[in-house]
Order: sequence, then structure tokens, then C-alpha cells
Amino acid sequence: MKFKTRSFDDVPGVLEVRDLTVRLAGNDTAPPVLDRVSLKIRQGETVCLVGESGSGKSVTSLSIMGLLPKGALVATGGRIELENRNLLELGPQAMRDMRARKISMIFQEPMTALNPVIRVGDQIGEVLDTHTRLPAREKKARVLDIMNQVHLPDVERIYRSYPHQLSGGQRQRIMIAMALILEPQLLIADEPTTALDVTTQKQILSLIAELQETHGTAVLFITHDMGVVAEIADTVHVMKLGQIVEHAPVEDLLRRPRQEYTKQLLQSVPSLTPRAPRAMSADGTVLSVSGLQKVYGAHGVFVRREPTRAASDVNFSISRGRTLGIVGESGSGKSTVARCIMRLVDPTDGDIRVADQEIARLSRRELRPYRKHIQIVFQDPFRSLNPRWTIGRSLIEGPLNIGTDKQAALKRAAELLTLVGLPDDAVNRYPHQFSGGQRQRVAIARAIAMEPDVLVADEAVSALDVSVQAQVLDLLDELQQKLGIAILFITHDLRVAAQICDEVVVMQHGRIVEHDTAANVLANPQHPYTRALIEAAPGRQWDFANFRELQTA
Amino acid sequence: MLGYIIRRILAVIPVMLIVAIFVFLLLRLTPGDPAAIIAGDAATPAQLERIRTSLGLADPLHIQFLTWAKLLFQGDLGTSLISRTPVTQMIGQRIWPTFNIAILTIALSVLIAVPMGVLAAWRHRTWVDYLVMAFSVLGFSIPVFVIGYLFIQAFSIELRWLPVQGYAAPSEGFGKFLSRAILPCLTLATIYVALIARMTRASMLEVLGEDYIRTARAKGVKETVVLFRHALRNAAVPIMTIIGTGFALLIGGVVVTESVFNIPGIGRLTVDAILARDYPVIQGMILLTSGLYVFINLLIDLSYTFFDPRIRY
Amino acid sequence: MAASPQPAARLQWLFGAIAVPRGWRAGAGPIIAAIVLFVIVFLALAAPLIVPHDPLAMDAVQRLKGPSDVHPLGTDAYGRDVLSRVITGGRISLFIGLGAAVVSVMIGLMIGLVSGFFRTADAIIMRIMDSLMAIPSILLAIALVALNGPSIWSVMGAITIPEIPRVVRLVRSVVLSAREEPYVEAAIALGSSMPKILWQHLMPNTLAPLIVQGTYICASAILTEAILSFLGAGVSTEIPTWGNIMAEGRIYFQLKPSLIFWPGLMLSLCILSINLLGDTARDMLDPRLKKREA
Repeated sequence: MKFKTRSFDDVPGVLEVRDLTVRLAGNDTAPPVLDRVSLKIRQGETVCLVGESGSGKSVTSLSIMGLLPKGALVATGGRIELENRNLLELGPQAMRDMRARKISMIFQEPMTALNPVIRVGDQIGEVLDTHTRLPAREKKARVLDIMNQVHLPDVERIYRSYPHQLSGGQRQRIMIAMALILEPQLLIADEPTTALDVTTQKQILSLIAELQETHGTAVLFITHDMGVVAEIADTVHVMKLGQIVEHAPVEDLLRRPRQEYTKQLLQSVPSLTPRAPRAMSADGTVLSVSGLQKVYGAHGVFVRREPTRAASDVNFSISRGRTLGIVGESGSGKSTVARCIMRLVDPTDGDIRVADQEIARLSRRELRPYRKHIQIVFQDPFRSLNPRWTIGRSLIEGPLNIGTDKQAALKRAAELLTLVGLPDDAVNRYPHQFSGGQRQRVAIARAIAMEPDVLVADEAVSALDVSVQAQVLDLLDELQQKLGIAILFITHDLRVAAQICDEVVVMQHGRIVEHDTAANVLANPQHPYTRALIEAAPGRQWDFANFRELQTA
Repeated sequence: MLGYIIRRILAVIPVMLIVAIFVFLLLRLTPGDPAAIIAGDAATPAQLERIRTSLGLADPLHIQFLTWAKLLFQGDLGTSLISRTPVTQMIGQRIWPTFNIAILTIALSVLIAVPMGVLAAWRHRTWVDYLVMAFSVLGFSIPVFVIGYLFIQAFSIELRWLPVQGYAAPSEGFGKFLSRAILPCLTLATIYVALIARMTRASMLEVLGEDYIRTARAKGVKETVVLFRHALRNAAVPIMTIIGTGFALLIGGVVVTESVFNIPGIGRLTVDAILARDYPVIQGMILLTSGLYVFINLLIDLSYTFFDPRIRY
Repeated sequence: MAASPQPAARLQWLFGAIAVPRGWRAGAGPIIAAIVLFVIVFLALAAPLIVPHDPLAMDAVQRLKGPSDVHPLGTDAYGRDVLSRVITGGRISLFIGLGAAVVSVMIGLMIGLVSGFFRTADAIIMRIMDSLMAIPSILLAIALVALNGPSIWSVMGAITIPEIPRVVRLVRSVVLSAREEPYVEAAIALGSSMPKILWQHLMPNTLAPLIVQGTYICASAILTEAILSFLGAGVSTEIPTWGNIMAEGRIYFQLKPSLIFWPGLMLSLCILSINLLGDTARDMLDPRLKKREA
């Protein structure tokens, strides 16, 4: 792994944050949201701010921009110094002058960060309108120039496009163009690649690095992804509950973390080296899919649209006690496959066999007795439990449907909660009294309550912080060992796939492009797309959990 | 784009058809003899017989509907039971005062309400916001005719600034028209302003929480530009929608306001028809206003494509 | 997203995790509104016991008199006591308001649930609802009363029917967005039957918005009743309502504005209070609003 090693000791600083304290407005007794945060960024330096959700990374960046939500958060102490001026003391007009000229910011969601009703060229041009007085022709020339610099294709056409006509990666390029057109000294990037696919992420990261080089911009990069940190950081600051717990040059931090919290964080990063595969059991196949196809078509008077093949010719099978991963980027059709198997959508063609019964063509009513054999856990823990129902009621919903006696089902629910590592008195509580990770455990317990042969996990750990993610993965592993359940694990994250899967299926454009054991797919990928995916995984030569380079076996 | 427009226009047909069936059935399915209901208690057998023939009540229901719909399609809304003039002719004579006042009211309402709502959203949870909300809830709560009488009492009787009642056409001089139209317009506008201001505020509040507003602020753009260039256009679709659906409210208001201010428009025509139990006129008014409502909402639907480039399927 | 400190357990079933936002406080407005409404309802209910005069008793000598000790608000054109009539007039208004709200919400809920869940029924139901909404509600009510006669029941029906499409649309939109929720999909995967999902998972989502909508319908029904009475298409004048007291007062408006003023004031206060309570309920229950403040 090659880290950045440039020393910044002699380089002049751009921005210095000292003892920044931010509190909830009108509440001096609650613990501060940011507690004496200090950090320094120098010319051309990339400072990464890492931490889990709620650690205060984004609040730090919004404080620097002077964009804290009015009436909700206030900076109550400390200084933010740029060019010997304390930004916290600037009036609204003076602060507006700083934005885009001295400090710029790009955000996480390129899908929502651009105004949907204004052409993107005009949105970039607006920065010039606000801060400069240029004749129209020159203005357009500069906008097109920066659009070329961020490597957008066919800039004249994109100049006139609306955001919804562009891809996520293109929109993020527009955001970067907008941020850098006036050559600010500091660029704040708040999780700019989190919403993007890995291959796009890689392009955007190298674009930021390239522009940083040519313009000498300092970058404050906020992320939760240690892989990204390893790729791009000069200096790393680790945040936890509003405080900076540790900061060091990137290689120091990854090799010799000093704080317990940093170690924990690094140890939770799943390794790209696959775990040992489970034995193929003799019981054989519990789920098999063959020739599965799903076409979404639009038809109607005056509507002409190409039908979309969300999945075509998908074949695989899983046997008892094993895990099959479906890996792919957004739009690859992996979730469509999961939803077809669950019969949440009706497949256009193909066979799905569960418990020796073909279920793809059963009517909803005929299907119901077979539902128990296959259960699902969804991505969003906050929406997968009915907020009006107690945990107990959610847990017994399924068993009651298959005729279990209510008392027995309740007793079983308490046992299940213990099994997934929650107190058994949780039966009487409501979902909002639990954290995201705990809710995901409840969702797993609800699925297990049906004693299914197959558990479908649709991005089941993607919304969780790494430390929680590691715990939930452990839980699934444990349950599989105990109950011998087969798992179909859908994920976009190769690291997660490596840690839980015996076999991996790689999907692209609705088709399976590669299907092999996890070890083979990761170590010896055959299809170019799989290779591209693996190469795009950030920090792939580093073994985070052991603080050293990856040892190739 | 063209497909969208054509589909929107075609979608109007079933709606209007159902309205027509509904209006047709309204009279026919009412318990009792429709002719007796129309003619009232004091009707002579000869009168009843004449009404029966004019409605074609002897025919089966679907034949009655077809005859009725055919006449309707030819622009024949029937004949008034009282004045014996065709309903279309009566409406034609009375529509202009109503039309003038309605246009003025809509223009006035939008001009007052939209800035009010924008301001309230921008200054969310300050006294400006509370004032706008207080006005809007008041506007909803005070009946139109009470507002009308309050205005007459204040501006015409106490202050003597304006004439008490009556109407003058713009052709008689625009000042004269305005001096008589302004109070009815303000009266009508109250509830409309309340409605639009409220929706503008809600829609703006939602848009102001969007990511692209934060992006605009991060560019250093001025607040006025953020509000009017970035936010208002995104908030426009629900505002336009409420202007359209509020049109039904406006029609209800017209009926009341015209009798308070003694304006010879179609609202007054309706009230007179109610008092005289002149059912063909009431029926004609329902068909006319429903048609207008559907037409205005069609225009508004089509205007969405102007506000939001994403709508073009 | 953290757990709220003290969830009102009994409200939990009704409102789920979207219960009262943290830090939400009722200002003075809703409290005053509740008191005003309480007084109006109390007066209306107790009217036969507390009115100083028979609201229908005419007295040819005492026509259009000003306030006096015997008649604190004066008398109308037939010499009837205005105070007694105004107090009694609230009975009909409140009855119609409440009745229209309850009936339209119940019917609308049923139609909306069906429409939101069954695609085939949806297209037809929504076309009918669109058409009903295209007819201005006052005119529809006028036509219904003109055909069915001026009884309380026909007035209430005439006010209720135009409100139904609005309830249907609301319920339908709530159901449509709730059925995309993963917990509903999980219920499908758990083998729950459609009626069970509809009633146990989806229907409760509609309750909070329906309570809010119900208060608005109540207010607007009272307003519509007054307008119908005022136009002469309301409950027959033998029963005093705020609307027909004002309608009778119109002719003498310049002579004696208080005939319109007092019932108008009561009516406005009543509707205002209900609207304010509706707004308060909406602020408490609107999950989107909560998200914004969180």
C-alpha cells in the first residue's frame, strides 16, 4: 500500500479551527455537539475527518461554511481562522463573500444537491454571477473550461442539461466544477462519494486529487470509510461524540493507532480476504433459481418507452448452511432478483424452487403456505418494523399466520430475542426505543421466527456503522452455524461479501457475469467487470484489522 | 411532451362525462316525482304535465340521458321554469360582472398571498410567520358574508369612502368599476389569500430544507436569490395546484358575495334560482362551473411542465 | 432518531413513533381555542335550560329593539330575543359540523382503503372522486337541498357528500406511500393476508391525518351550513341556526347590524377555535414537520 508521505511542516496553513464548541440552540445543559474541536489544514494538504454517524463530522464542516441550521445549532466558543480572520465573527454578507471564493463545499447526495429546475450550466455560472462581474461570453467560456477540467463529456450539451438528465457521477462532477471555478483555498468534501458506486467513487477521488494538484487546494475530506482514508489522506483526524480523539499522518494512524477507539474502528473494517468456506452439506439444495427474468415495461396510449430488463437469465442455487452473495452496483438487478424470489414482485419468466415447490407462478393465495420457507431482512432498520407495534407483536405476526398458538409464539419470541442478543423484556417495547443495529437484530429475529430454510438479506448491513455492521455480520454467522439456515446475501460491498459468503455471484446490467467461490472471485476474478470492481475497492492492499499490509497467501 | 399534453386533455373527457351523469341522476334519482319537486307544492296538474314532457320522463332512463346529453352537447342547458328563457342565454347575460370580478380577485390574491407565504417560510417561527398564519386561519374562519358586511360597515357606512352596493361595468369608466368592485374582490380574496398563503408557506418550508438550497447558500448566493430563484420555482407546483382547486371555493364565494353586494352576476342568478326553485338554472350553473373548474385545472396541469422540467412523460 | 424520553404509551398505537415532537409546546392559542370551543359547546348543549326567552316566541311590540335588561342583545324583526336565538343557533351548527366530519371520514376511509390497495378499483373510484371534486361544493349542496327539501338530514347530507372525495384522496395517498414501507413488505413475506395487512398495518397510518382532516371538515361544514342558510337553501327557518339568523337580519343590516354581528361573531369564533385546534393537531402529528425540526 502506498500512502501519501509528504511532510507539511513547512507549508503555510490555510485554515485553523481552535477549540470549536457547538451546542444545541437554547440548551446549555445538554452535552455539546462539538466539544473543543481543533484542526489545522495546510496548502495542498488533504485532511480526512473520520468517525461514525453522530460523531460531529458534518457539523464541523457546516460550522466552517457558516451553514449551521439556524435556530438549531450554534457555535458557542472557539475560533475558525482563515487569512487571519475569525469566520465565526463575520456578518452574513462577509461570510457569503467567503463562500465559493475562499472555501467551497461539496455534499454527499449528488442526486439532491443540484437544483432540479435550473440548467446545470446556469448553476455553475451563478457562482460567477454572485462573486464576479464578467461579460456573458467570458462567463460561459469559464464555465465550459471548468466543465472540461472535471472531465465531463460533450460539455456544450451538458451545459444545457437539467440535473435529472445526468448520472450520479456526472452530477458530482458538476458539483466539483461549481466548487472549484473560483479556485478557493479550501475545499470541504462531505462524504462526496458515499452515494456513488465504487467504480464511480474511484473516478471522483482521482479527479479531486488531480484538481488539488493543479490548483494547490487544501481539502477537508469527511468520510466514514477507512478504505477511502487510506487512499487519499495526508493527515487523519478521528472523531467520536463531538471530540477529536486522535490525529496523525495517515500511515502512522493506520499502522500504530494509539487510542483504543481508533483501534476498534480499524478492527471493524471487514477484510477483503474471504473467510473459510462452509462445508457443502449433504442435505442439498434449499433454493434454486433458473432462467429468472424480470422485465419492467411501460405500455399505454401515447407512451413509448423501451422495456427495461432488470434481470435476465439468472441461475443459481444455495444449499443448507451456506451463504451465497449477490454483488453488484446500483442498477445491476441484484435487488430485483431478491424481490422476485420473495415474490414481492412477480418475475416475468423462470423458475424459483423453494422446499421442492416451484413458486414463481403460484398465485398470491397459493403462495402463502410456502412463505414460511423463505424470509427477508431489509436495508433500512428504521422502516422495517411497524412503529405502532410492540416488538413482541412484530415477532409473532408470522407464527400466528401459520397457526402457532399465541402463548407459544410469545414464549418463542422472548427466546428469539435472547438468541439475537437483546433483552427478552424487549417484547413489550416499541421500535423507536432501539438503535438501528438493535432494530436490525429484531428484524432478523422476526425472519428466524418462521424457521425458514433460506434467509434473504437485502443490503441488510449497509445502513449501519462499521462497528455495528461487524456485530450484525457476526450474529448472522452464529445463527447460520446454530440453525443451518441458508443465506442469500445481497450487497454492493465487496468487503462485506468477503466476510460472509461462501459463493459469490457478480451481476451487471441484470445479468450474472461471474459465479464462483468467494475465494476465487476475490483472488482470481475472471470477468473484466469483476476485476474493475475489485480494483476500485479503496484501500484493498491494506489489512486494517491487523494494522499492516495485506499478506498474500 | 406532446403525448403528455394529449393525455391530459383526453383525461378530461371521463371526468366531464361522470359529472354530466351525476348531474343528470341528481334529479332523476331523488325520491319522489321529479316534476313535482321542480314545480313545487302549488303546481297545477297542467304545469306538472308540461315539466314531465320537457324532461322526457316517460322514456327509459338511458334514453332520457341520451336526449339530455345530446341537447347539452349542442349547448342547450334547458329553459328556465320561471322566465321561460334559455338558461344559456340567462347565463350569457349575467356572466361578465362575475368574470371581471373573478379575474381581479385571482390576480389580487396571487399577488398578495405568494409574497406573504414566502416571507412566512423564510422567517419561520418569528412574529412575521405567526402573523401570516394568524391571518390565514382567520381568513378560513370568518364566513364570506360576514367579511362582506364588515367591509361595507367600515368603508361604506362609517368612512363613506366607497359606494355601499351595486356594480358598474368597466366600460362605464374604470374608476367607477374599481370603486364598486374593490370591496367584493377583497371579500372574495380573503379566503383565497388565506389558502394560497398557507400552501406557499408549507411548500416553501419543505423546499427550503432541501439539499440544493444548502448548495445555493454554499455558493454565497444572496438570500433573495435563494428564495425566489432557487426555492419558489421548486415550490410552485403545489401552489399552482391549490390555486386551481381553490377555484371551487371562489365559485362558492361568488354566489354569496354577489348577493351581499348586489351585483347582477351569475352568483345572484343562482341565488334567485334557489329561491324560485328554478332547477334548470341550478343544473346549468353546476355544469358550467364544473366545466370551468376542469378547464382551469387542465391549464394548471399543463403549466407544470413550465415549472418543472422533469415532468414530461 | 433517538428514543423520545417519555412516550405516551396509550397514544403509541395511534400515532406510532411519530407522536408529539420533542420540545413541542402548545402556545396560548390552542388553549384559548379549546376553552372558547368548550364554552360554545356547553352553551349549545345546555341551551334549553339557560336561555332567558323562548327563541321562537314572537312579540309584535318588541320588534328590532336595542339592548335592554330584558333582551341583552335586543330583538329581531319578529320581536324574538336575539341572545336566546344565538345560543340556540349553535346546536344545529355544531351538530351538522360534527356529523359531517364523522360521516365523511368514515365513508372516505372505507373507499380510500379499497382504492389504495386494489388497483382495479382504484382507477374507477378516483375518476368518480375527481368528478365529484370538480363540482363546486356549495353548488352541489344547493342542488341537493333544493331537491331533497330543507330538513336537517338533507342539509347534513348535502354538506357531507362533497367532503368525501377529499378524505378518499388523503386516505389513498397515505395507503399508497405506506404500502411501500419495508414493514409492509415484511408482513407480505410473513404470509399475512391482504385484509389483515390493510387493516392492521396500513389503516392505523391514516388515523392521525384523518383526525386533522376531520377537524377541518367540521369547521368547513359549519361554515357551509351558515352559507346555505344565508342563501336560503339551509335548514328551514323554524329552527334557528347562526346562518338563518343572519339571513333574516340581512334586510335590516343598515338599521341594525347587530343581527348579523352577534351570530357572525359566534360562528367565526367557533370555526376559528376548531381550525386552530386542527392546526395544533397537525403540527403535533405531521411526521414531515418533525423531521424538519429534528
